[in-house]
Amino acid sequence: MIEIDGVSKIYDGKTVVDDVTLTIEPRTITVIVGTSGSGKTTLLRMINRLVELDAGTIRLDGEDNRTIRGYELRRRIGYAIQGHGLFPHQTVAENIGVVPRLIGWGRKRTDDKVRELLSLFQLPPEQFISRYPHELSGGEQQRVGVARALAAEPNVLLMDEPFGALDPIIRSRAQDDLLAIQKHFSTTIILVTHDMNEAFHLADKIAVMDAGRLLQYGTPEELVRNPANGFVEAMIGVSERPFRLLSMGRVAEVVEPGEATGPAIDPGASQQEALAQMLWTGRRAAPVISPEGQVAARITLESIFKRAKGKS
Amino acid sequence: MRLSLPNLLRAFLLGLLLVFVMAPQTMEPLLRPLAQANAPVIYEQASLLSLTIQHLMTVIAATVAATMVAVGLAIFVSRPVGAEFLPLSRSLVNIGQTFPPVAVLALAVPVVGFGQKPTLIALFLYGLLPIFENTLTGLTSLPRAVIDAARGIGMTGRQSLWQIELPLALPVILAGIRLSVVIGLATATIGSTVAARTLGEVIIAGLQSNNMAFVVQGGLIVGGLAVLIYDFLSALERRAFQRIRS
Ligand SMILES: Nc1ncnc2c1ncn2[C@@H]1O[C@H](COP(=O)(O)OP(=O)(O)OP(=O)(O)O)[C@@H](O)[C@H]1O
Ligand SMILES: [Mg+2]
Repeated sequence: MIEIDGVSKIYDGKTVVDDVTLTIEPRTITVIVGTSGSGKTTLLRMINRLVELDAGTIRLDGEDNRTIRGYELRRRIGYAIQGHGLFPHQTVAENIGVVPRLIGWGRKRTDDKVRELLSLFQLPPEQFISRYPHELSGGEQQRVGVARALAAEPNVLLMDEPFGALDPIIRSRAQDDLLAIQKHFSTTIILVTHDMNEAFHLADKIAVMDAGRLLQYGTPEELVRNPANGFVEAMIGVSERPFRLLSMGRVAEVVEPGEATGPAIDPGASQQEALAQMLWTGRRAAPVISPEGQVAARITLESIFKRAKGKS
Repeated sequence: MRLSLPNLLRAFLLGLLLVFVMAPQTMEPLLRPLAQANAPVIYEQASLLSLTIQHLMTVIAATVAATMVAVGLAIFVSRPVGAEFLPLSRSLVNIGQTFPPVAVLALAVPVVGFGQKPTLIALFLYGLLPIFENTLTGLTSLPRAVIDAARGIGMTGRQSLWQIELPLALPVILAGIRLSVVIGLATATIGSTVAARTLGEVIIAGLQSNNMAFVVQGGLIVGGLAVLIYDFLSALERRAFQRIRS
């Protein structure tokens, strides 16, 4: 658990992080969104003490982070920096293996980890292991940067716009990879992004910041249904609201018994995907395949309609 | 080594230099026209080989010392603890450079006597500035994200310095060393005026007896050494640089 308690940071008389309090549950993904210059990076860097806070405390599993030496704290916390920051004179393998080397893992264990991570991020190890950062595309560099942050299997991972340079296809794959990795290692992730779709795709909880203040901290659904103010509402996108709600729900949650014609929809798909399919094929209902592979139920426009409704 | 024009030129120059130094007599017919009748053509008061070695040793010793001091100083003032000494150390090292080498020699003689020592001191002071400036530039102009990442993943200041900052600044540091070596090779010749054993001895003997053959011999060896060493250090630098381009 990460407890950020009344934390402020002042630069040259200007408060860039202003009395922020939030508690992050273990094994969850918290996404910080906000305008440029709102203090997201600064808040993130106070957790691993790259920036020292001026007021308040930050506790990691109950332990004040100032009781641990800075570099030891940072070896325990993965950090994917805004703009990758790979070491240009080291190969991909050396870059990823740097923290394991610092904390004294053996060679074999480090090598295995490097290969595992490269494969997880769809970078074939044989092709990439001995390349230098300048021999990679921007997107590849970013993925190596994230792999480096994950190498020592940290419990906590801080990510500052990790997928900014990826094209939409690789980006959505990298997001799914990240979700899988997060499940696999039970990592607590705090991620900064400008992309609201990314935020809604990844977040268990979203923190909205503006001018150093935390405006709202809650689940994506809470933010859509009860935005704290106009800024949060604008951030989410007024015309996006119903679709955001649908993107968070699964088809399985709204199935009903009955028949329908046409191609079937997977129960694990999002309700937004189901809506898109039905609109595209001009159907008011679609069959849903049960986990056993039989068509047992259907999803209707009616049910999606109800789900997408906010206030009346 | 590939057989290319630059490599052929290098081999030729090296061969010529070796002949000049190891078997100067073979060059006599070439240099004969430069000397007056009856005057000796080849310098024989001392072996050119031993003078060349002493010349090189003087330059190497001074450069090694200058490198250690200048790099050490640049590292110190580029750390947060040493930042306040930055202007002071800059001006100190600059003074070393504005002093003409002859003046340093002249001032050093009364203190340390004639011979190798005043030359070493002059070369050392002369070598400091290029190495210091370059090291400082190299260390302070590294990409911020890279330094940040080194700290962010949990390197200590020392680990970041040795594993990241110095390797990345290496090409620029090497360029400073190269500059100071080449200046040193030339400046060392003046050391002969205070009785240091360097190739300057040959040149000065030639000037004193109006013997152009001596002057050309000394000048060619110093020039050849400078070109070859410059070329070698440039190659090292390129190798160091290849890896870090990002
Ligand atoms: N080291 C520093 N010294 C002075 N001011 C700083 C420093 N670091 C950040 N700031 C200021 O603090 C404010 C918040 O910066 P921060 O980097 O946290 O913003 P951000 O939300 O991450 O922005 P972006 O989305 O553009 O990355 C900015 O106004 C910035 O200029
Ligand atoms: Mg930022």
